[in-house]
Amino acid sequence: MTRSASGSLPRYILQRTLLVIPMIWVILTLVFFVLRVAPGDPVSAALGGKLDDEALDQRRAALGFDRPLIEQYWDYLSSVARLDFGTTFSDNQSVLHVVRDNGGATLSLTIVAFIIALMVGVPLGLVAGRYRDSLPDVLIRLFGILSYAAPIFFVGFLLQAYLAKPLGLPTSGMATPQTIFNVEEHTHILLIDVFLNGNSIYIEDVLKHLILPATTLGLLICGVFIRLVRVNILQTMQSDYVEAAEARGLARRKVTWRHAFRNALVPVITVIGLQFALLLGGAVLTESTFNWPGLGQKLVDYINDRDYGAVQGIITIFAVAVVLISLLVDIVNALIDPRVRY
Amino acid sequence: MSVEFVEPPYVDSGEPVISARDVRVWYGTTRGAIRAVDGVSFDLAPGETLGLVGESGCGKSTLGRGLMGLLPQGAKRDGEVWFKGREILGMKAKDNYRLRGHELGMIFQEPLTRLNPLMRISDHFEESIKQHDPGATKDAIRARALEALRLMGIPPTRYRSYPHEFSGGMRQRLMIALALVLRPSFVVADEPTTALDVLVEAQIVQILNDLRRNFHTSLLLITHNVGIVAEACDRVAVMYAGRIVEQGRVTDVFENPQHPYTRELLRSTISLNTTGLNFIPGSPPDLVDPPDGCRFHPRCPDAMAVCATKNPVTLDRVGGGRVECWLVGPHEQIPPGGTQPLKQEELAVADEA
Amino acid sequence: MRKVFKALAKPFTETAGLARWMLVIGIVITAVFVICAIFAPLLAPYGFDQTSADGVQFVKREAPSGDHVFGTDRLLFDVLSRTIWGARTAIEVVVLSIVICVFVGVPMGLISGYYGGWLDRILLLIMDALFAFPSFLLAIVFAFLLTNKLPSGGFSGVLAVSLSLSVIYVPQYYRVVRNTTVSAKEATYVEAARAIGASDFVIMRRYLFGNVVQSVPVIGTLNAADAILTLAGLGFLGLGIQSTEAAEWGHDLNRALADAGSGIWWTGLYPGLAIVLLVTGLTLVGEGLNETINPTLRRRRLLPVVMTPREGDR
Repeated sequence: MTRSASGSLPRYILQRTLLVIPMIWVILTLVFFVLRVAPGDPVSAALGGKLDDEALDQRRAALGFDRPLIEQYWDYLSSVARLDFGTTFSDNQSVLHVVRDNGGATLSLTIVAFIIALMVGVPLGLVAGRYRDSLPDVLIRLFGILSYAAPIFFVGFLLQAYLAKPLGLPTSGMATPQTIFNVEEHTHILLIDVFLNGNSIYIEDVLKHLILPATTLGLLICGVFIRLVRVNILQTMQSDYVEAAEARGLARRKVTWRHAFRNALVPVITVIGLQFALLLGGAVLTESTFNWPGLGQKLVDYINDRDYGAVQGIITIFAVAVVLISLLVDIVNALIDPRVRY
Repeated sequence: MSVEFVEPPYVDSGEPVISARDVRVWYGTTRGAIRAVDGVSFDLAPGETLGLVGESGCGKSTLGRGLMGLLPQGAKRDGEVWFKGREILGMKAKDNYRLRGHELGMIFQEPLTRLNPLMRISDHFEESIKQHDPGATKDAIRARALEALRLMGIPPTRYRSYPHEFSGGMRQRLMIALALVLRPSFVVADEPTTALDVLVEAQIVQILNDLRRNFHTSLLLITHNVGIVAEACDRVAVMYAGRIVEQGRVTDVFENPQHPYTRELLRSTISLNTTGLNFIPGSPPDLVDPPDGCRFHPRCPDAMAVCATKNPVTLDRVGGGRVECWLVGPHEQIPPGGTQPLKQEELAVADEA
Repeated sequence: MRKVFKALAKPFTETAGLARWMLVIGIVITAVFVICAIFAPLLAPYGFDQTSADGVQFVKREAPSGDHVFGTDRLLFDVLSRTIWGARTAIEVVVLSIVICVFVGVPMGLISGYYGGWLDRILLLIMDALFAFPSFLLAIVFAFLLTNKLPSGGFSGVLAVSLSLSVIYVPQYYRVVRNTTVSAKEATYVEAARAIGASDFVIMRRYLFGNVVQSVPVIGTLNAADAILTLAGLGFLGLGIQSTEAAEWGHDLNRALADAGSGIWWTGLYPGLAIVLLVTGLTLVGEGLNETINPTLRRRRLLPVVMTPREGDR
């Protein structure tokens, strides 16, 4: 990051975007070889017992498994470039359709969980860091550690066992069958469709279904936020410019807000990109716990069916999503922090 | 840098702005208390510049920070500091904090990290001026900030730039402008040129030299560079191991050093007509457990028997200022045989410690 | 000997207040679980897959009572016994995966950092890609590939899961070891060893290994908590260890989830609490160590400053 006149925001964004292509290539290569080099025959693993030998051979030829590995690799790369993520072996669907039908559920779950985590985790982290070693700090840190230490499915279990009934909250699925039947599909994302539909009964039903899963997943990320924000506050509170601001007699409140908090939150934004990966992993478990019909749940189903095609397709999409999110985070970061642009 | 003895204009206006009496600042460590400043007194008149020199680790930065109240956790200070008729060390922390900025200013050693990287220069000025002058209009703030920048030689076009767009020397000038725009009566400048290269250093020294004329600010200039003191200061205080061993007008002290440490410090300064390098053998003492008697005695070439046992007494220097050394006196307090030269082994032992 | 003791005690003597307590509590909790793991056969009233005692079948989903302090689950297993045996599985998997990581990550990092060049670049690229990938998904994929592929036996599930976990953590070991190697190989003593004609292997083994291996326990502690959670997550999804093979908390919770709605709380509560406690203990150790090692977070224990009264002649 040298100070050069050529450094400008559009240029930085262009450079960063071009960097995405080799990153995706490396990850795709990894996904392909890890799944292909594994011992055993994917087709018979998925369909063995359902079809006879001749039919299995036909499927193998149709999927190109009888061709040299390098040709299959090339096919894989070029089809991903065409946004074709392959077909599932067990039910012969386009992976893209699987994603379209289930991705919306995962997306709404993760985004709402993320917002919950941000709204709870960041303020708590700020307080803990500012009042280090005080009672609130101890309690907040304990909460942060516990919320990270409690596995999603255990929190889910506790909520289902103790909280769901008294509060009258559903513990399975994203809506009652009636709601799903009656709300027209516009975007394939129920949370948006139900608002487009506008019927308050359906909206309430969908939101009620969302509360427990989103809270559970949000709690996991919340602990990470508390920790992250707290450490960053501790570091900025010790920084030279905070001391300099105090030496200029700036009111403590202003020093804390303008100099410590704001600066502490910049690295947090960078790390949020990494939390997205954690969020995806957590989503798989949350969806399993609450029977949420999302992509993670679907992935687990396909894994139990030993469906290599589906696993490869879904993992590829997750990989591309992670890289794109990190690109997005870097661009947002450049908009906030003037130093990055240079 | 050569030590030139130029007579700086000395404005004597009676009452001192700040007056420290027997100030002590001790740090807590895992080994015990470090007596970084251990009984220091000085006065500073309005518009006067006092240079505080000494080796690194002698407590000069601690003294500056102690006056500002910028001390780490676990540090303690006592003594008296009278600022414009008020004692500030015993004040409530809140009242003390309120003096910062518009009464007590500070210029730091490392300008690169002292500005908030996410804030424009203009933001820094606006928040500082607003803090101390809440009623100031935007235009008034801007005018004041630009005037301060102009005096530091920074063009108004850079007003809305970010800190990283400036060089080290410019950032130090920004820091000075930022401290002086609040018009404090007293400023501590803690090694303001140490992190900068020589050409920039000269520029900053020139700026500090002009302070009196432009802002009428009293300045405590902390430095290890004797040359800077000669150029920019009215008076000098020489600090060793937590004590001010000698102080007085720069010309007096430098032309006629009374304390052996001052003399050695001046001799170890490189000048154009230096033929060999002089240095003071040994290293500064451990301030957790400083040596008995005069703290300089293990390294002092003129040490006498009394220096190792009895604390020296502070005396008025001939021609103004103060000094504490048994060589100067008071001779009647030296016990019999106390003037015998101290044995050389002492030095080796101290060296090892 | 005294030196070793002093080095071990350093995190305690040099930290103050909270960090010190966190460290102590974390170590105590972790120690309890390690003891449970080692002495599981003695501590647990029954075997982890025992469904009857003295010829009498256990009752299905029996509420906690005298014979079964934590009750039984729907496979007739004793919940207390499975919770204790679960500690053994958890510790086994964590230790095994750290061993694998050390045997794979450390040599790879050493070679990559020492020789540099294209090998270094390719390894870096692969490791960075692995690191960027969502770690839990990575573990899922590897558990998916490895289950039923390893030679069967009582241990294959544990081995498969340990290998899956290693894949997540190897990049971290590799990264740290590689970077330490790159900076250490410029050190004068390594230059000197090269000058007297020591072979690359000798230099790596004798001079670099010792330098590099110090960071392993730190990474291990930091990853252990995460490893326990990942293990439980895989078990919850039914990947890896089967109920009859070993007791695994995550898998037990999966079975317990169906009971949650019907008021049967004991099948899920105890294994869940075990996970929370162990992960909390390990996290406390990690954070406590972090606060002592990381200078920006460290708060040293300072001796209080007591100013002596002034001497008369000063």
